[in-house]
Amino acid sequence: MKFGGRALRLLILFSLIPCPLCAQVTAERLLHANEEPQNWLTYSGSYSSQRYSALQQISATNVKNLELKWVFQAQSLQKFEATPLVVDGIMYLTQSPNDVVALDAKSGRVFWIYHYVTSPAARPCCGIVNRGVAILGESLYMATVDAHLVAIDAKNGHVLWNVKLAEPAAGYAMTMAPLVVKDKVIVGVAGGEFGVRGFIEAFDARTGNQAWRFDTIPKPGEPGHETWRGRDWEHGSAAVWVTGSYDPDLNLTYWGTGNPGPDWNPEQRPGDNLYSDSAVALDPDTGKLKWYFQFTPGDPYDYDSVQIPVLANANWNGSPRKLMFWGNRNGFFYVLDRVTGKFLAGRPFVKVNWASGLDTNGRPVLTPQPPGVPTYPGIQGGTNWYSPSYSPRTGLFYLSTWEDYATIFSGVNTEYTEGQRYTGGANTSPIPGAENPLGTRQGPINVYTEALARGAVVALHPETGKPAWKFDMHDVNTSGILTTASDLLFVGGREGYFQSLDAKTGALLWKQNLGGEIIAGPMTYLVDGKQYLSIASGNGLFTFALRE
Amino acid sequence: MRLRRLSLRSLLRGAAICAALTVPGKAAFAQGQDRAPQYFQSDIQYGAQIFTSQCTSCHGENGDMIPGVNFRAGQFKRVISDNDLRFTITNGVPGTAMQPFTFGASELTGIVSYLRNMGSFNARGLLMGNATRGKVLFDGAGNCVSCHAINGRGPRVAPDLGDIGTLRTAELIHRTLLDPAGSMLPANRPVHAVTRDGTVINGRRLNEDTYTVQLIDEQEHLVSLTKKDLREYTVLKSTPMPSYKDKFSSQELADLEAYLLSLRGVK
Repeated sequence: MKFGGRALRLLILFSLIPCPLCAQVTAERLLHANEEPQNWLTYSGSYSSQRYSALQQISATNVKNLELKWVFQAQSLQKFEATPLVVDGIMYLTQSPNDVVALDAKSGRVFWIYHYVTSPAARPCCGIVNRGVAILGESLYMATVDAHLVAIDAKNGHVLWNVKLAEPAAGYAMTMAPLVVKDKVIVGVAGGEFGVRGFIEAFDARTGNQAWRFDTIPKPGEPGHETWRGRDWEHGSAAVWVTGSYDPDLNLTYWGTGNPGPDWNPEQRPGDNLYSDSAVALDPDTGKLKWYFQFTPGDPYDYDSVQIPVLANANWNGSPRKLMFWGNRNGFFYVLDRVTGKFLAGRPFVKVNWASGLDTNGRPVLTPQPPGVPTYPGIQGGTNWYSPSYSPRTGLFYLSTWEDYATIFSGVNTEYTEGQRYTGGANTSPIPGAENPLGTRQGPINVYTEALARGAVVALHPETGKPAWKFDMHDVNTSGILTTASDLLFVGGREGYFQSLDAKTGALLWKQNLGGEIIAGPMTYLVDGKQYLSIASGNGLFTFALRE
Repeated sequence: MRLRRLSLRSLLRGAAICAALTVPGKAAFAQGQDRAPQYFQSDIQYGAQIFTSQCTSCHGENGDMIPGVNFRAGQFKRVISDNDLRFTITNGVPGTAMQPFTFGASELTGIVSYLRNMGSFNARGLLMGNATRGKVLFDGAGNCVSCHAINGRGPRVAPDLGDIGTLRTAELIHRTLLDPAGSMLPANRPVHAVTRDGTVINGRRLNEDTYTVQLIDEQEHLVSLTKKDLREYTVLKSTPMPSYKDKFSSQELADLEAYLLSLRGVK
C-alpha cells in the first residue's frame, strides 16, 4: 500500500490523537481497581479510599527482610507529598512544583519528565506541593499550584490540553491529585487562607471542556446561603484540597471542604458558614449536591475537613450498611451513612475541649475556651489531610494523630485584600515563648515538640470509636497509612522512619530511617511477581521489596 | 584540645541558662497572622531604643514626620500585618527615603512591638542598659561564664550565647533572668538517663526521636542512646540556673540584658 501525502498526513495526525479504543486504563478498570492489586490506579488506591491492598507477599514473618531497591531523587527541595500511581509496571509520580515523571516501577529509571512552568503569581498557602496525578485511558491529569488542570499523554509526557480554573494571584491554587469518574476529571481548589470562594469542578477528560462546577459556598438564592451574613460569603473560603472518593453503586462522589475565611475570626462571618468544614456528596454527572454534613459549624479554629472520605460496607448495629468513616481535624471520629449523610456516631480520638461532645445529629456541643486558654486540638488538628486506612480484614480504621496538642487562638478583624492572606488573627503555643509545632518539620532536629504535642498511629473500632491500639511516636505524626491483606500496616512520620506495624496489635515489626520527613502516604504494587513498597521521604521516593 | 572538667552542678546550671537563653527567637506569631496576640514590655523598650537611634531622623520622635504616617496614631501607608511591618523595614520602600535595614529577628520584634504600642508607651523612667557594664556582670558577679561560652570561649555543655541577641527577644531574656525555671523552654531541658548496665548519663539533649536520643554529656562527649537500651530516661523540668531577681538591681539587669542583646555572633 502506498501512502500519498494527504494519507500520510492523516496517519500522522491520528497518531497524535489519543485513541479511546486502545485505552490503557479504562473507566471500568478504575471501578474495579481493588481487583488488580498489582497496580495502584488512583491516589488512594481505589474509589473507596481505604488505602488497603490485597497484596500479601510481604508478611509479618518476612517484613524484616525488606531492603531498598531504588530511590528517585526529586529535583526539588519542596515538601514531597505525592503518592505515585503504578500502571502495569510504569510509575507516574509528581515532583514540585508541577512536574510529572514516568519511571520503570522495577528499577526507578526515568522514561520521561514533563516540566510544567508555574505562574509566578501562584501563592499556595503552605508549600509548593502536589500530591499526584490521575489516569484515564492513556492520559494523565495533574492539578497545578497556579490553578490549572493539565492533561498529559502517559506515553511521552506531551500536553494534550491545559485549562485555567481560577486566578492564582487571588490565592487560588491546586495541590490535590484529581479524581477521575467515568469520563470526567474532578478537582477542587485550595486558597482557604486567602479568602477565595471554594469550588469543585469537573471537566471532560477528552477535551478539557467544563462539565459542571459546584461552589462550596452557596450564593444568594441558593439553599445554605442563609448561613452567611451579608457579603461575607464572597470571601468565605471553604477550599477543597484533598482528593475525594466515589461510590459507583450510589453514583456519588464525596469531598471534604476546608475552613471558612477568615480562619480565626468568626465574628467577621457569623453563622454556620455552609458548606465549610463539611462532607459533600455530589452527583459526578451533574455536580448536584445530594447531601452534606457539616462537622464544625462556624469554625473559629481552622479545622479543615479535608480528610479523605473512607468508604466501607460493614455491619452497623447488626445490619449491613454503606458507611463513611471520617477522622476529622477537629478531633472527632465520625461514622456517617453515605447514602443519606445521616450522622450515626462520633467520638473524640484525641484530647478535645472545644466541644463537650456531639448531639444526636452530630452537631458539636460547644465549649469555647476563654481568651488565653489553650484549645484542644490545636490549629493543625487531631489529624489533618494525611491519608488514613481501613482494613476490611481487621475491621479497624487507622489514622495518624497529634496527641495532647493545643493552641491559644485569638481573632482580629482583617480587611480582605485580593491575593493577601485573610486569616483574621493569631495563634500561639500554650508555652510562652515556645514555638507552635509546625505542620511540617524544617530539619532533622527535634528537641521541643514533645512538650507541646506527640504523635501516634491510632487504630479505632469504627462501631465504638474506641481505640484497639495506639503506637506512640515522639514527634507528631504527619504520615499517610497503608494496610495490606497480610495484616501489615505501613506508616512514616516526621522523624523520617518508615515503619511496619502489626495491623491487629500495633506491634512494631520493622523500621528503616530514611532521613527525611515523611508526609506522604505509602503505596504498594507488584511487578514480575515481586511486591514493592514506595514512600516519599525528604526529597526522595524510596522503594522497597523483599531481599532476593 | 584540653577539655575542661566541670561538675554536674555547674554543667546543669550551664544547661539551664542555655535553656533559658537559646531557644530560637521565632516571632510570637506565625506567618500569615496579622498581629501578635501580645506585645511584651521588654520588647517594646528594646524597640524604643532602636527606634530612637535609627528611625527618628526621618520619622521624628513621635513617628509623625512622614506625611500619611503617624505611628503613635497607628496610621501606616502600606502596612496591615506585623509581617508587613517587618517586610517594609527589611526591604525598604523603593523610590522613597525608606532604606532597607538589616535588623536581626530580636531587633525586628522590638521595633514592631514598639511601633504597635507607641501610642501608649511612656519613655520616661525607661532604664537604658549599658552593654559594657553588662559584660562586666556577665563575667563577674553573675558568674555566667562558669556555664556559658561566648563564641567558643567557655564550656560546651551549655549553649554558646555568642549569638543570643539574634535568637531571643528582649522579653524572653528578661523573663529568663528573673525566672529561669519558669521560662525554660522545652528545647533546653536537660536529660538524665540510666543504661541497663547502670551507667548514669546526664547532659543536654541535642535531638530525640521515637527510638533514640542524642546529647552532649557532662564530659562534653556527643552521645547517641537507643531508648530500648535504657532503664531510665527523664527530661528534667528543673534548672540550677539562679534567678537574678534579687541578686541584681533593675539597672544591673538592664545592663546584663543590653549585653546579651548585643551578642550577634561572629560576622
